[in-house]
Amino acid sequence: MERVNLTMMKSGDRGTVTEINGGQRVKARLGALGIRPGAKITKKSSQLLRGPVTIGMGNTQAAIGFGMAKKIIVDLEQ
Amino acid sequence: MKKILLMGNPNVGKSVIFSRLTGVRVIASNYPGTTVGYTRGTMKLSGEKAEVVDVPGTYSLNPTCKAEEVAVEMCGDGDLVINVVDATNLERNLNLTLQLLKKDVPMVVALNMWDEAKHIGVTIDENKLEHLLGVPVVPTVAVTGEGIKDLVQQLPQARPGRLTYDDEERWHEIGRIVEQVQQVTHRHHTFLERLGDASINPISGIPIALVALGVTFSIIRFLGEGLIGYIFEPIFENMWAPLMMKLSAILGSGGFLHDILIGKLVAGEIDFVESMGLLTTGLFVPLAMVLPYVFAFYLILSFLEDSGYLPRLAILVDNIMHRIGLHGLAIIPMLLGLGCNVPGAMSTRILETRKERFISTTLMAICVPCAAQLAMIVGLVGRAGVRGLIQVFGTLALVWITLGYLLNRLIRGESPEIFVEIPPYRLPYLAGLSKKMWMRVSRFLREAIPFVILGVLIVNVLYTLKVIDFVGKITAPVITGILGLPREAVAALMVGFLRKDVAVGMLSPLGLDFNQLVVASVVLAMYFPCVATFVVMAKELGLRDMVLSMMIMIAATLVVGGVLNWLL
Repeated sequence: MERVNLTMMKSGDRGTVTEINGGQRVKARLGALGIRPGAKITKKSSQLLRGPVTIGMGNTQAAIGFGMAKKIIVDLEQ
Repeated sequence: MKKILLMGNPNVGKSVIFSRLTGVRVIASNYPGTTVGYTRGTMKLSGEKAEVVDVPGTYSLNPTCKAEEVAVEMCGDGDLVINVVDATNLERNLNLTLQLLKKDVPMVVALNMWDEAKHIGVTIDENKLEHLLGVPVVPTVAVTGEGIKDLVQQLPQARPGRLTYDDEERWHEIGRIVEQVQQVTHRHHTFLERLGDASINPISGIPIALVALGVTFSIIRFLGEGLIGYIFEPIFENMWAPLMMKLSAILGSGGFLHDILIGKLVAGEIDFVESMGLLTTGLFVPLAMVLPYVFAFYLILSFLEDSGYLPRLAILVDNIMHRIGLHGLAIIPMLLGLGCNVPGAMSTRILETRKERFISTTLMAICVPCAAQLAMIVGLVGRAGVRGLIQVFGTLALVWITLGYLLNRLIRGESPEIFVEIPPYRLPYLAGLSKKMWMRVSRFLREAIPFVILGVLIVNVLYTLKVIDFVGKITAPVITGILGLPREAVAALMVGFLRKDVAVGMLSPLGLDFNQLVVASVVLAMYFPCVATFVVMAKELGLRDMVLSMMIMIAATLVVGGVLNWLL
């Protein structure tokens, strides 16, 4: 299984979050929306020039800044 | 009096339920963070009056921004909590529900957006959920009012939940609950979902944003000009003017009372812009020059808010906003500020840090003219040609980006990254949209007309007492020396503290040439906020930052006004 961070995923890729590579605050912020190890996500889009990444989880969509997205480690689904 | 708190994640419909319960009108939109302060109302609960509080949305009880802080602070002193849950996102919403259960307050869960959940193939067994949580669970559709009666009937049954769990195990527990109560059937993507995906993809999203912007401008212009040209101006010119001329004759075509009520006659006729009487200019400016544009602007803004487009726009502009120390969501205070700077300043609470709030509030107050001022600038400068409008708004845009860039360098503090939930596109609900329009337009009328009339009155008094002559003499080195404007322009700057639209109108009789009109419009937009905005800014920023912001404002105005005067 391929392990990447969120910014490396292509639009339409799916995967499972395995790790949040950041401090307590980042974990808490992401976790409040349900982005935590074990969450199944789909990458929706990314913006030019290291812009925010958009993901879908269930019926929720969220935009995450590039730096924060780099801290989200995902196991890609084949 | 018992206190009932409406709590839940952002954008789940708390404000709509609040309106339904209390009859108090509040602004509700389709983006997280519409409610940034709290609104109170009352309702009957078991025959007694109870207070209901519409609390800003929060994802958890560990706040990450000012609006969430407000929510968490409120949480401690409620006698009863109505936890509003978005039925289409049960899992994520239960995170807050479970945290609230630990607070041991009597609670009822409103499973809102029940219709949308059904529509997208989510079925929830509300009885089983009620059993697991140990508190009453009521399905609701707040926008249509479905289920609200049941909700009210269940309030006396509110009780602390009986669910116990370890904090570490919360998501596990949520997973267990969701598995037992929720069923999801697969279905095809809808048109709105495809449009949603298209508008966050840069290749299709940027063209969509440009089209949206173009359409917005055209509609506002078409509606604004149409309302003025076909309705308001004819009413004033054909019906009101003859009446006022009669009154003028009765008052003897001159004298103190005549000048206050009717103002000065221009070539023996009433000139609604220049006469400066309470019953002429005082009514014409707010009703026939400003109201049509305010109406058109809010119609479009309300539509954009309710559709769910604003967070998507925020993603597209995120990159530009980072250059000025902000992130994409800061587009929301700027857009709201284009309507009125007061809600604009309030909405900076959706931003996380002091630095962001300072930069966004300062930039908005300096570079974003409100709809009333915009309408007057379009009316006055636009008359002389489109070039002037481009110069005025081009300058403001340039100042916005330059000043933002400098402030980002100079102001210490953090500029965090964007992290925002994107709501699904929804077709704006007509009843909700018209209610919101009515609130905004009537608020404008209630606040604008008295203030405009007061402004016009003050102008007359100041002229009569020769105060304007006096201040004009003192400030001549700045007004004439740096800005290249006639001394009398100081009157407009003085009135601008009160109302910017009247101030712009006061430029009209000064006989300014085209370039002076451009400089004066830019200066009036930048130099100081109107008194209402000033009060809100002081509250939001605190005294120290407010003084700093004012100093930046005045310095920027002098530099920009001076350079513009020198260039033109």
